[in-house]
Amino acid sequence: MATPTLPERSQLAYIASQAADSRLNVEIETEGMTLNIGPQHPATHGTLRIVAKLDGEQVIAAEPIMGYMHRGYEKLSEVRTYPQVTALVNRIDWMGSFANEVPFILAAEKLMEVEAPPRAQWIRTILFELSRIANVVLFLGDMAVQVGAITPVFYAFRDREYVLNQIEAVTGGRFHPNFDRIGGLKDDLPAGWIADTKAVLTKVDAFCDQLDTLLLGNEIFQARCRGVGVIPADVALSYGLSGANLRASGVDHDLRRDDPSGLVHDQIDWKVWTHPDGDSFARYWVRLQEVREAIKMVGQLLDGIPSGPIMAKVPRIIKVPAGEAYVATENPLGQMGYYVLSDGDLNPFRVKIRTPSFNNISICPWLLRGVYVPDIVTILGSLYFILGDIDR
Amino acid sequence: MNHLAGIDPILALSLAYWQQSLIKVGIVAIVVPTAALILGYVFLLKMMSFMQSRLGPMEAGPYGLLQLLADGAKFIQKEDIFPDAADRRVFALAPVVVLMSTFLLYLIIPVGPDAISANFDTGIFFALAVSSLSVIGILMAGWASASKYSLLGGLRAAGQLIAYELPLVLAVVGVVIQAGTLSMQGIVHAQATGEIFGFGWLGSPYILTQMLGFVIFMIAVQAELTQPPFDMPVAESEIVGGYQVEYSGFRFLFFFMGEFGTAFAFAAIASVLFLGGWWLPGFDADSNWLNVLGPIVMFVKVMVVSFFIFWIRFTYPRFREDQLQTFAWKFLIPLALANIVLTGIFKVVL
Repeated sequence: MATPTLPERSQLAYIASQAADSRLNVEIETEGMTLNIGPQHPATHGTLRIVAKLDGEQVIAAEPIMGYMHRGYEKLSEVRTYPQVTALVNRIDWMGSFANEVPFILAAEKLMEVEAPPRAQWIRTILFELSRIANVVLFLGDMAVQVGAITPVFYAFRDREYVLNQIEAVTGGRFHPNFDRIGGLKDDLPAGWIADTKAVLTKVDAFCDQLDTLLLGNEIFQARCRGVGVIPADVALSYGLSGANLRASGVDHDLRRDDPSGLVHDQIDWKVWTHPDGDSFARYWVRLQEVREAIKMVGQLLDGIPSGPIMAKVPRIIKVPAGEAYVATENPLGQMGYYVLSDGDLNPFRVKIRTPSFNNISICPWLLRGVYVPDIVTILGSLYFILGDIDR
Repeated sequence: MNHLAGIDPILALSLAYWQQSLIKVGIVAIVVPTAALILGYVFLLKMMSFMQSRLGPMEAGPYGLLQLLADGAKFIQKEDIFPDAADRRVFALAPVVVLMSTFLLYLIIPVGPDAISANFDTGIFFALAVSSLSVIGILMAGWASASKYSLLGGLRAAGQLIAYELPLVLAVVGVVIQAGTLSMQGIVHAQATGEIFGFGWLGSPYILTQMLGFVIFMIAVQAELTQPPFDMPVAESEIVGGYQVEYSGFRFLFFFMGEFGTAFAFAAIASVLFLGGWWLPGFDADSNWLNVLGPIVMFVKVMVVSFFIFWIRFTYPRFREDQLQTFAWKFLIPLALANIVLTGIFKVVL
């Protein structure tokens, strides 16, 4: 299927809307149907609401409505001490919780001008990448459910569990580790963990190969995903997309490589994957490659953990000097950033959280025009958002 | 087949018409739910679970054997909910219509030389006709629910079932040409007495000569049953169950029974048309033994065919409607027509 370029696509959408209008007015007196998808709907994995104006099965206009799960973490952070904030931000992207803590801790460390010891940085990076695997593996299965195949998601849940077990073994928390500390980590790795993790990585790698043959090569999957929800690079950039959604549009941007502050991605050998197509299939493909890349990364990181302390010298009661800092990292869903403003107190004066899903989902009105109802689900699935990450 | 004047014998006994009718109704009323339960348990609960690296139900009875009965009991206890804006009479009737088409299908499935509820001369024609009755029920359900999701599902089902009725019929035409009869028993007999290249011990199961027809038939059956990859009318991840979305309690159970009962019936029809039905190699086609062994033979064949139906169901993603229509009209129907032409040529030549 030929991929429509931007002008063609908007023309097509315009023609479709004109045709819809003429049908509405001339042929028979029918109104377009407004379909509320959500807030309770399996495709929105959470409480996102999409108001879609339909002509038959074709979408004339669609608008995502967010905020059904707003929990006010930015405001709540203002009345918590710095170490307490990590417990809150764990719940933003609940699939890869540890990755949420990292940019906040890095921002606080930047303000306090402390740096975690090398060992802590390596373990941080390992957990960061493990949470990426735990997160994206579920996407790989979930996308299959969105296009109608029910089996792969169970494999995804099964193999994600192995990864979560490893995270739990280190942090004590399966979903919400709350393990990162300003100046280092809470604890060191338990004995035997490195060998166990390597065994788990082999299993997840086998899962990726299985998906390659079970889903990626399937003609129906390709027919459903190829050429559906095409985002050209310039549109992706103008909507502020990030993460795999941006890289699937052919933009070679990855903060792990471009700005590896506080994490050790620059000390290992890996590759940023991009795909030129920008459609749903490209987004799926890029994420699959990223899981494989993360597996390779963790393998290298496990081999090279330096010895030493896991905590820098930090006062028992943490007071962060006045100032402001913004730190962003390449989280599982995309670029996540914390802008922390401190007035020298025990708690931050203001925390602004930049979450990737919020921007990724904002492209919906542009992207969903002119598609069919089943494509809404494919596109939403391939954009991959976590509700907590949109509404925080 | 030994016809007594105007009456179909059951197991070659001579009974009055009303006695026969009573027995037939009783048998069908038992067979349909049992068939649905067997397929539901073996494939939906157990095979799917094993494919998905889980165990499935394990608590209700040995290996969860009674799980579906427990589910059935649960469904019957549930409140029978009518949406406010629903067209109550049509809404209530729709599941019955769907289930009725399933029951009618069982009438013409032969399981032995004399073991058949109604031995019509146009058996397969009757089967294809009543199987499309379920469209009406589904359309009724979609419309009467007064829900947008139901409406979308109902319309999708109507479009899909009409599109796939055609390849279904055309695939059967090949068999009918080869057998020279529309009667289900006649088709079994033709396969039992037929021979391929002078080798007649196996008979002539039409899957060998009508391979193309069999594949088209199975694809169309998959669409007819609204199972993946053709499950857009129910599409859980898009329209959340489609026409079933407003149904609760025993009316939902009717849809469930209709779905699996029809799957069983179509697997049985496929076994009759392509796999030789109840006939067993080495037996005379009129032998009374086959009245006893036939049901077992049929059951085995039905389970094999169902296995393929459900294997595909649990593996494949779903088409989009436009892709489904394209597939039916541009690919399956021309292929089925070509199959008919080929069969006709060979029938004349050989």
